[in-house]
Amino acid sequence: MSAPARPESIARLEKLVAALKAKGIVTEQEIADRQASTDRASPEIGARMVARAWLDPEWRALLLRDGAAAAEQMGVSMAGAPPLGVLEDKPGLHHLVVCTLCSCYPRAVLGYPPSWYKSFEYRSRAVREPRAVLAEWGTVLPPDTKIRVVDSTADYRWMVLPMRPAGTEGWSEDRLAALVTRDALVGVALPQVPLAAAAE
Amino acid sequence: MSDAEHTPAIHDMGGLSRFRCSPVERDEAPPDAFGKRVDALRQILAQKKLMTVDELRRGIESIPEDEYFALTYYERWLTSICTLMLEKGVISAEELQ
Repeated sequence: MSAPARPESIARLEKLVAALKAKGIVTEQEIADRQASTDRASPEIGARMVARAWLDPEWRALLLRDGAAAAEQMGVSMAGAPPLGVLEDKPGLHHLVVCTLCSCYPRAVLGYPPSWYKSFEYRSRAVREPRAVLAEWGTVLPPDTKIRVVDSTADYRWMVLPMRPAGTEGWSEDRLAALVTRDALVGVALPQVPLAAAAE
Repeated sequence: MSDAEHTPAIHDMGGLSRFRCSPVERDEAPPDAFGKRVDALRQILAQKKLMTVDELRRGIESIPEDEYFALTYYERWLTSICTLMLEKGVISAEELQ
């Protein structure tokens, strides 16, 4: 999947950029600025949204009602981005996000999608055998837990609000956010309390 | 529409059985310089109202199957962006030669 682009593709991109520059449509500075702002988005934003939802019921309600508005409140610009839906895991109900058609992903709050999210295997299998896919991440759910697989699209992006793990009572927002990985926000993994912390 | 009449285009992969026995390759590498540049360019062209995400999708979804599998992810994007810029007359075929 992440094989390097071929030299002819790199050359084609530079021809396209040169043609657009010649017409005054883009500048090298604009490309650099845009790349820098895209690079700044990371799953740490989504993790903080989740940690805050675990601590603040009002904010949790906002997050579930309008994810984009919640993200804006965290200082994330959602201008031009599609709506952000947040899927609430509950006892007996787990969510998994996929984009079967390509790679739609809540990039403003999770950053670039990882290559595996865009892979043919993930896209085809997540909807057909989600438990087998989850097992590849070491995520094994009780047989009676229902798994809802949700397709992210060009018009609506999704992230998961996982359940707060047991043994985290009294934890600060920072400490809770550190438990929430990108994989947990996609739903292939669950937030895990490190053994050392659990033994405290 | 019955199943027999409906052959999904290759991008429509939900439930496709051909990858059923292949594990998901856990590739965590971020996009390379080429990918990030294509990505940034797409955002700028969208901001300038020269293309939409739906047009990008349509361009990707019309790539023939053989080519679809041969291209990397951001090469598919580049293919679609070039197609759109040519269709809209923003650039000419000569400029991409």
